Amino acid sequence: MSDTPGVADRRDAVCVIGAGASGLTAIKNLREQGFAVDCYERETSVGGAWNWRHDRSPISSSTHLISSRPLTEFPDFPMPDDWPDYPHHSQVLSYLERYAEHFGLGEHVWFGTEVVSAVPVGDGRWDVTTRSPGGGAERTQRYAAVVVANGHNWSPRMPEIEGEFRGRFLHASAYKNPAILRGRRVLVIGGGNTGCDIAVEAAQQAAEVWHSTRRGYWYAPKYVLGRPADQVNAVMLRLRLPLWLRQWLYKRSVATSAGDLTRYGLPEPDHRPYETHPIVNSQLVYYLGHGRITAVPDVARFDDAAVELTDGRRVEPDLVIAATGYRPQFEFLAPELLDLTEDGRPDLHLHAFARRHPTLAVVGLLQADSPALFPLAHWQSVAVARWLRLRTADPVRAAAVQQTESRRPLEQWSRARVMPTPRHWFEVSSTDYLKVLDELLKRLEPA
Amino acid sequence: MTLLRYEDWTSPVRPVRREVLSVVPDDATEPPVLFVPGPAFGAWVFAEHWLGHAAGRGFPAHALTARAEGGLREYAHDVVQVAAALPRQAVLVGHGVGATIVARALGRYPARAAVLVSPVLDRWATLRHALTVNPAGTVPAVFGGRLRLNGRQVTADERVRPARLPSLKNPDKPVGDPPVLVVGSPDDKVVPRASLDRTAARYGGAPLLFPGMGHDLMTGDGWAEPIDAVLDWLGKELL
Ligand SMILES: Cc1cc2nc3c(=O)[nH]c(=O)nc-3n(C[C@H](O)[C@H](O)[C@H](O)COP(=O)(O)OP(=O)(O)OC[C@H]3O[C@@H](n4cnc5c(N)ncnc54)[C@H](O)[C@@H]3O)c2cc1C
Ligand SMILES: NC(=O)c1ccc[n+]([C@@H]2O[C@H](COP(=O)([O-])OP(=O)(O)OC[C@H]3O[C@@H](n4cnc5c(N)ncnc54)[C@H](OP(=O)(O)O)[C@@H]3O)[C@@H](O)[C@H]2O)c1
Repeated sequence: MSDTPGVADRRDAVCVIGAGASGLTAIKNLREQGFAVDCYERETSVGGAWNWRHDRSPISSSTHLISSRPLTEFPDFPMPDDWPDYPHHSQVLSYLERYAEHFGLGEHVWFGTEVVSAVPVGDGRWDVTTRSPGGGAERTQRYAAVVVANGHNWSPRMPEIEGEFRGRFLHASAYKNPAILRGRRVLVIGGGNTGCDIAVEAAQQAAEVWHSTRRGYWYAPKYVLGRPADQVNAVMLRLRLPLWLRQWLYKRSVATSAGDLTRYGLPEPDHRPYETHPIVNSQLVYYLGHGRITAVPDVARFDDAAVELTDGRRVEPDLVIAATGYRPQFEFLAPELLDLTEDGRPDLHLHAFARRHPTLAVVGLLQADSPALFPLAHWQSVAVARWLRLRTADPVRAAAVQQTESRRPLEQWSRARVMPTPRHWFEVSSTDYLKVLDELLKRLEPA
Repeated sequence: MTLLRYEDWTSPVRPVRREVLSVVPDDATEPPVLFVPGPAFGAWVFAEHWLGHAAGRGFPAHALTARAEGGLREYAHDVVQVAAALPRQAVLVGHGVGATIVARALGRYPARAAVLVSPVLDRWATLRHALTVNPAGTVPAVFGGRLRLNGRQVTADERVRPARLPSLKNPDKPVGDPPVLVVGSPDDKVVPRASLDRTAARYGGAPLLFPGMGHDLMTGDGWAEPIDAVLDWLGKELL
């Protein structure tokens, strides 16, 4: 490509979008493969979702990890071994800050800078336009590749509920601390980890709590047999127990802790364990059993001060919190670059590599069971960095790898057949996914 | 590269209180260096000369004593824990069995660089060699017991303890591809010369040799020359 006036050419440098956990590990691993990196971050500090100061951070004051420390940390930078099994969100942030400092990543990040567009200009290169989030002058620079690490837990997915509601109605992303629950009558919609966490907090703070879920779930406790649940799950995976046996053991562990869930007014799960994103919450069932939470079905409609439920019941909360999840958002990319469907679902090889743009990748667009996201994002970014390196070092072999990869069938990288709701678009069984990445990494090994 | 780490996921290493001795210059210009002795020695062996000397040249210098009970996995875990707690990416310098510990830790932590001093990676070659100079102290180690070094092998010091020789046949490839230097003495009475060559070759180089010195290059009169050579090498590699 010839010089374009007004576009600064950054030559072989790679552009990373976002400095959350995924962006940071992308910078580190691209640097390890010798790439110059410019990372753009709209906020003024690192940490992404785990930085409670960020206006888009989805965490609340009492969020703790649901994945235990050894299954959460980056594989080459452990968390301190004297931290608790399930660290507080402030510890996770300090961990990410230390990771950035330790590897000197901050010097590659342009803070307070938002990417507004990334456009392919032929030859695999990209024009990336940035500006400060409030607006201001735009600036365009040209890069050899773009790695998107913008996170997918910040754009609220609001339920469409017919009718008008007189009380307060918010999405869980706006819920920051339990003060707003105190003394209120609260309805929480959604049975993901957020909905369960908020329902439990409401049980401790509010006057009355209804928890509305549109199906039954398998509520796993944080500890099984005296160990963090994901560590016990890893024992089963290590023993290569088949899925049906793991499902049976999962049911047994729920049966021996909570027992029959329908006794608490919860619906019978309409799916087997592992077929929805795991919920890890020891306290929900506890508070149901204490009558502090009332389980109710899906919401049918709002009717002024009342909320009508699908079983015809009417409840009168003064606060409704929709913990109905988030939608992925790539506002700086034309939809066809990620092969987005009508409803916004990207189609990427391994949920990471753009099918028609070999120099465009997304890191962290996964819903992992265990191990959790950080290690997966680490290995994804190692693969992306190695792939980009191979493309320049050995184009012939890179083309061969692309050939074999593009012939791999579309899979879910999940052994269980997960529920076809939007939140499961990126659901993977972490160990299955890591095995596939491992094979890819071997093929990307320099000759 | 190991992506599936069931052992770490299912039975994480138990934390212990770790002894770390440090000399940190006021105006550190260089990355931190973590010195790792084998379990026969303690952090004290580096505190005598090398820590202060490295700090004098601008390197924040730390030394870690191996935990009382444990094997290679626990030792390497402690090294990675201490390294990751340092403010910047660290250089790892292991001595003797400490070099074996470092070799294992390199598969888990992307060190800025690594130096293996008189490395005991080659367990059997070491035992054969040590048998000829110190049969009584070595025989128990041949049968899985502890190796008791004598005054011909290391500078006599009552703090030197008998210790097991762990075996590490195929250490994981170092993550992050750090430069690795092997340092030793052809007159080492614990690690034979051929074994220095083999270890260096595994990391793609030749050993840097200091004739006339013993196994413990960091004690005795000649301690300054090897550490200066190591720091010079680091200076060049870290440019
Ligand atoms: C309540 C909650 C609890 C969670 N608990 C766990 C857990 O226990 N364990 C676990 O592993 N995961 C958990 N997660 C998942 C969590 O999302 C990941 O751990 C992780 O934070 C994702 O990191 P990321 O870097 O991919 O995205 P983010 O952390 O969202 O970071 C993306 C970054 O990109 C920046 N950005 C976005 N768009 C632009 C743009 N156009 N220009 C410039 N910068 C941009 C954002 O400002 C942000 O800093 C939880 C999520 C939520 C919502
Ligand atoms: N403590 C923690 O560490 C913690 C806390 C919170 C969240 N997280 C993580 O953050 C991510 C997001 O979790 P999340 O709970 O916010 O969202 P989520 O996993 O997407 O869950 C959304 C929930 O809302 C339901 N739902 C969606 N749309 C609905 C609608 N229109 N009407 C009624 N119900 C609807 C979903 O039902 P279906 O089952 O039918 O899809 C699901 O129960 C997950 O990875 C989660 O593990 C972690």
